Amino acid sequence: MRYSGFRVIKEALLGQKGWRPLWRDPEPQPRYDYVIVGGGGHGLATAYYLAKTFQKSRIAVLEKGWLGSGNIGRNTTIIRSNYLLPGNEPFYEFSMKLWENLEQETNFNSMVSQRGIINLIHTDAQRDAYRRRGNAMLFAGADAQLLSPNELREMVPFLNYDNARFPIKGGLFQRRAGTARHDGVAWGYARGADMRGVDIIQNCEVTGMRIEGGKVLGVETSRGYIAAGKVGVAVAGSSSRVMSMAGMRLPVESHVLQAFVSEGLKPVIPGVITFGAGHFYVSQSDKGGLVFGGDIDGYNSYAQRGNLPVVEDVLEGGMALMPMIGRARLLRSWGGIMDMSMDGSPIIDRTSVDGLYFNGGWCYGGFKATPASGFAFAHLLATDRPHETATAYRLDRFARGYLIDEKGVGAQPNLH
Amino acid sequence: MTRLTGGVIDHETALRFTFNGKTYSGRKGDTLASALLANGVQLVGRSFKYHRPRGVLSAGSEEPNALVTLRGGAREEPNTRATVTELFDGLRARSQNHVGPLHRDFMAVNDLLSPLFASGFYYKTFMWPRAFWEKLYEPLIRHAAGLGRLSGEADPDAYDKGFLHCDLLVIGGGAAGLSAALGAGRAGVKVILADEDFQFGGRLLAETHQLDGMPATSWVTAVMAELAGLENVRVMPRTTVFGTYDHGIYGAVERVSDHLSAADGAVRQTLWRITAKRSILAAGATERHIPFPNNDRPGIMLAGAMRAYANRWAASPTRHPSDPVIIFTNNDDGHRTATDLLAKGVPVSAVVDPRSDAPTFGDYELITGVVDDTKGRLGLTSVRVTQNGQSRWMPCGALGVSGGWNPNVHLSSHHRSKPVWDDALLAFVPGKDLPNGMIVAGAAVGQGTTVKALRSGVEAAVSSLAALGIAAEPIDLPDADDTAAAQTAFWHVSRKGRAWVDFQNDVTVKDIVLAHQENMRPVEHLKRWTTLGMATDQGKTSNISALAVMAELTGKSLPETGTTIFRPPYTGVTLSVLGGGDTGKHFRPTRYTPTHQWSASQGATFVEVGAWLRAQYFVQPGETHWRQSVDREVLAVRSGVGLCDVTTLGKIDVQGPDAAEFLNRIYCNMMGTLAVGRVRYGVMLREDGHAYDDGTCARLSENHFVVTTTTANAAIVYRNMEFARQCLWPELNVSLISTTDAWAQIAVAGPNSRTLLSRVVDGFDLSNEVFPFMACAELTVCGGLRARLFRISFSGELAYEIAVPARYGNALLERLAQVGADLGATPYGTEALGVMRIEKGHAAGSELNGQTTAQMLSLGRMVSEKKDSIGAVMSRREGLAQDKRRLVGFSPIDKSEAIVAGSHLFTQGETRNTTTDQGWITSAAYSPHVGSSIAIGFLEEGDARMGEVVIAANPLEGREVRVEVVSPHFVDPEGGRLRD
Amino acid sequence: MLIPHPLLGLRDAQEFTYLGDASLLNRPDASSPDAAVAFFDYVYLRDNPAGVHRELWFHEQGDRSWLIVTRNTLTHEILNAELACESAVKSEVLA
Repeated sequence: MRYSGFRVIKEALLGQKGWRPLWRDPEPQPRYDYVIVGGGGHGLATAYYLAKTFQKSRIAVLEKGWLGSGNIGRNTTIIRSNYLLPGNEPFYEFSMKLWENLEQETNFNSMVSQRGIINLIHTDAQRDAYRRRGNAMLFAGADAQLLSPNELREMVPFLNYDNARFPIKGGLFQRRAGTARHDGVAWGYARGADMRGVDIIQNCEVTGMRIEGGKVLGVETSRGYIAAGKVGVAVAGSSSRVMSMAGMRLPVESHVLQAFVSEGLKPVIPGVITFGAGHFYVSQSDKGGLVFGGDIDGYNSYAQRGNLPVVEDVLEGGMALMPMIGRARLLRSWGGIMDMSMDGSPIIDRTSVDGLYFNGGWCYGGFKATPASGFAFAHLLATDRPHETATAYRLDRFARGYLIDEKGVGAQPNLH
Repeated sequence: MTRLTGGVIDHETALRFTFNGKTYSGRKGDTLASALLANGVQLVGRSFKYHRPRGVLSAGSEEPNALVTLRGGAREEPNTRATVTELFDGLRARSQNHVGPLHRDFMAVNDLLSPLFASGFYYKTFMWPRAFWEKLYEPLIRHAAGLGRLSGEADPDAYDKGFLHCDLLVIGGGAAGLSAALGAGRAGVKVILADEDFQFGGRLLAETHQLDGMPATSWVTAVMAELAGLENVRVMPRTTVFGTYDHGIYGAVERVSDHLSAADGAVRQTLWRITAKRSILAAGATERHIPFPNNDRPGIMLAGAMRAYANRWAASPTRHPSDPVIIFTNNDDGHRTATDLLAKGVPVSAVVDPRSDAPTFGDYELITGVVDDTKGRLGLTSVRVTQNGQSRWMPCGALGVSGGWNPNVHLSSHHRSKPVWDDALLAFVPGKDLPNGMIVAGAAVGQGTTVKALRSGVEAAVSSLAALGIAAEPIDLPDADDTAAAQTAFWHVSRKGRAWVDFQNDVTVKDIVLAHQENMRPVEHLKRWTTLGMATDQGKTSNISALAVMAELTGKSLPETGTTIFRPPYTGVTLSVLGGGDTGKHFRPTRYTPTHQWSASQGATFVEVGAWLRAQYFVQPGETHWRQSVDREVLAVRSGVGLCDVTTLGKIDVQGPDAAEFLNRIYCNMMGTLAVGRVRYGVMLREDGHAYDDGTCARLSENHFVVTTTTANAAIVYRNMEFARQCLWPELNVSLISTTDAWAQIAVAGPNSRTLLSRVVDGFDLSNEVFPFMACAELTVCGGLRARLFRISFSGELAYEIAVPARYGNALLERLAQVGADLGATPYGTEALGVMRIEKGHAAGSELNGQTTAQMLSLGRMVSEKKDSIGAVMSRREGLAQDKRRLVGFSPIDKSEAIVAGSHLFTQGETRNTTTDQGWITSAAYSPHVGSSIAIGFLEEGDARMGEVVIAANPLEGREVRVEVVSPHFVDPEGGRLRD
Repeated sequence: MLIPHPLLGLRDAQEFTYLGDASLLNRPDASSPDAAVAFFDYVYLRDNPAGVHRELWFHEQGDRSWLIVTRNTLTHEILNAELACESAVKSEVLA
């Protein structure tokens, strides 16, 4: 069924009786042409574009819990394409363009909201680095603006300009960046994929892979064996565990990233603000909560929860940057497991096992990549060629030395 | 007034306060909620979505309705729960989330449109036309969103943080917590007892139970007196333990002065990090309500809360003393409210109980049936009671509702332990895999009668101490009531009309039905689709009821339908206190250089360099622009002599018989062959083959080297060297120590530097023959002060760096300036330093940014093939070895144009995009020596393109400059000056 | 978190800097013919277990010891902590 304002009004008058399930709960078939492991944002988007854009059928998405229960269900909802390196920026800009059409594409309001992102500048050297980045964004077809201190003050007057330990000297602004309603993104893709015949199978955990003669034949699951023509793995947070079923070790460590939301408040913060001199970034949701985060806890973890020092560190940054939020209260915190890759950039590639494809290593930046990641992974699964914006995301780049290291910190995942 | 007698308040001390501008009087010991009720105020707020009029629901921190904005001005505090706000004289509060007065909120039109706003409606609309989302729909939604408002001003109050350690942390000071603390306290272990309330006793304060035939409050008073006398027990009222973290660490906030009208400079709140060997969670239980149509009117509250207001605060829940109260309960505990109210003289006209076998406990009418509708928009006036299919409206001033009690398992599930369903209790109780060291006691684990709570507290204390190897005697407990309240699984009243489940977020039973219909059935989908449990109470009053409704719809059992675990914080925590109070300039420590004082006296402007403050330039009289100062400083160095504090560069002493071999493995170039008394430039790689730091290495004696690092990497290089020493090559006999803070180091640079230094050294021969370029020595200066001297140059001039113990740095710089006045001795800052290093083409942070290789820096030949060193193998990978970008210099074709760092380089005539990008400008400056702007940067095959004109494009600022590719050495490319 | 330092007792994890898998102790031999492959494995590939993990922590705000901490990545429970230099010497003796 098509969603529209008209339909909402009609159902309101008819007592909401006409709404249908957003998706089916199908029993798994014995065989699919494409099995996507992981019903998070990237897996659902992959299935959606496989069915819609690449016109493939007999597709299943296997999800061990409820769909959208991975990092798409716990993040700070930021979308942006403000990257520096040529391996990244065209990809994220492609993602941004997909975001801009997402709702019309999926007929589902994921509340993509382009309210802008500001990266604050605190030193002359940082301004040089951001100028390099802003120019790289423009050359890749994205938008960027360098804000003077006065322009910044006009846009976000509530920052601590006059008594700052690290003075605020301007900002790099991307107007088209913003936020999206994270669950809504998963639901929009899931509903769109389901309408196009994709079987989304919840509570179906992959427990093994059947590989013979270097080729993948299918996956063992908690709901029985499922044969597959091609298997695409998109299981952020569980990448090492799932790929180890195919005997692979990855250039990935799992780390916990905490995020936070305050109690609901009337709107005060227009877009996204990131504070480079501390570990703090913030936006305000449409419901009124301040959504913020900072650095990862820094140690390997699968526990989906973090510790107090990082909570304090984040709020030290928050209070230093915008002391006017001080009397609001923290409502909830949560922890997501990040696949921190060895150069801070993702992997979308075939593997040494024929028919087995991998998508992962998104660090804490996977949400904004959701549309392009799904599109590029679908492209790879359907054509066996990488999408033109994702050619750098190869698995062998570490062995061959073609790193995409935005931060320049080397093979230490917790620094990316 | 509906103030009753008795209670745990001080009837003699009146406190004045205002609510929405109107002045009222309360009593010491009141909360804002109890004081409002005692003044007959039922309407206190509006709900989030439909702006429904709302009153106080609970008497605790789970309150979803009674949220107010407290105080005013910069101290304004939105979303404050009136139910836990301790009343003080002069308190000011106002209601939230309404347009116009509280009783006539214009936004209440939303309630009429509620059929449009069914759960999930916004996912289905607002998509056309596309541009309207940001321009129209979203601003409207955002405008309507949120509850309270921030003042927009900086929080003026002081906050603190601290650390506490104990053997046993007892969370909650009710019956279980008090008996646990007393048991452990008497055994002599270190105990912390914390409760969010300002009075200890928990439900004992709210009930009329007797202990040993005395009022329970007498027992509480006696226990508190005993605990106060025990030095090993720390009692912390107004302290919320909000989170369980790893290894026995708990986060807690103590509200130190929130209950005072003015803090008078005292700390407002303190964040405590409590490390406890063991803990007892005795957090009690939260009553749940029963959804039925129009169950959200002001005057409808939890039956246990109603009892607490009457018993503890002597406040009646009605607006007028003669208004009758009705109780709607599915359990015996609800009946207790009727008897307690009657005992206080509050009229109770009926108890409505769906159980056919419900007992009667007092002189009230028992109706076997349900309440299924209510009237009274701004305050309850009547309720409809249905019995055997017969309905009748009964006048009612306040309705108490009880649907049973949910144990407060929150802190036990912060480590993601799933609560388990208890069929007898009809509630979730703490599951297995509790946080290490935690025992749950009292009502929080379903041991809810007074006797059981007291006993389980003591038992938990004994077990906790046993785990620590301490035998404790169980203490004697008073006699008390042990009647378990019978109840039935009655979850909601299924009738036409909207029955609220989550009050604050306006989620009704219908919304859950719709979620079920649309296949949003997993509990997490249900919550996210409907926003159930997402409000400020985090589902404390709604989650279980919602699960029960969903279970009924799916035909599954409640535990099969799902459970919910909780995450920190238990209740909202002020952001300021989490920040710990170190705001403004105190956000991070500031490191001052040893010469800060003298530099300040010379007119220095300082700049943040990491944690350091360094002199950026020295403004002299008549200079109005920073460039004037910098140009003067540069020229002074190149023509006379300049002085610059370079203490911030990292310094690491490397000593031991294997020091030379160790450094060979650390630096990519050969360092072991360095002669004693000599200095060599070195580059360090990361193990992934990229260059990450550079600096000098001096050999002071056979087994003693001094390594210098960049300012930014001082800690990292030291850490990596310790890693190599301890983890990779523990067999090498070498010791390391960071001496960055021990030595003040001053660069003395310029043609007159030798002459100047000769005036301070104690008879040391500085001649080129004895102390040539790249020489080093230990010596004394100024008549016996020990020093280290290095003949190294960052500026390209004849130059030295001299190090003295840090406390002499300021005096040495002052002395050098004094004795060198006739030589033109000029202090210079980081700007002049930067200009001169660009003029010499030296790499700094912008070039050594962690993404570059030694080869790109034209230092590729330094990576020795003769030995292994960190990063050597990986630097030979194809992607690094074949990288053709090289560091070169750039000079503008039009000398009046300025090149700016961050510009990208393009071949002339080429279209400009990511794929045609040829490199970028890393550093740029105006060179007073060259007389124009100069720059260095990385360019594809740059070393082969000398003389080519390329474009430095900076569309970000709408500029581009044509530049010629030149050598990066703009000054003295042969290096004659520094060797003179 | 609290780390049981073998010399100093329980110390707050905030005093430490984390590096990663203790396999970083086993730096390959640069002169072996398969050094390129061995170093790729050493620098980039990780077991990344969901469970018991041996890992390196540096007591940066303390005595500057490198520790090998054995910790469960699912529960954060710490099973053991030892000085890296002693372990490194031991493993060499065994080899």
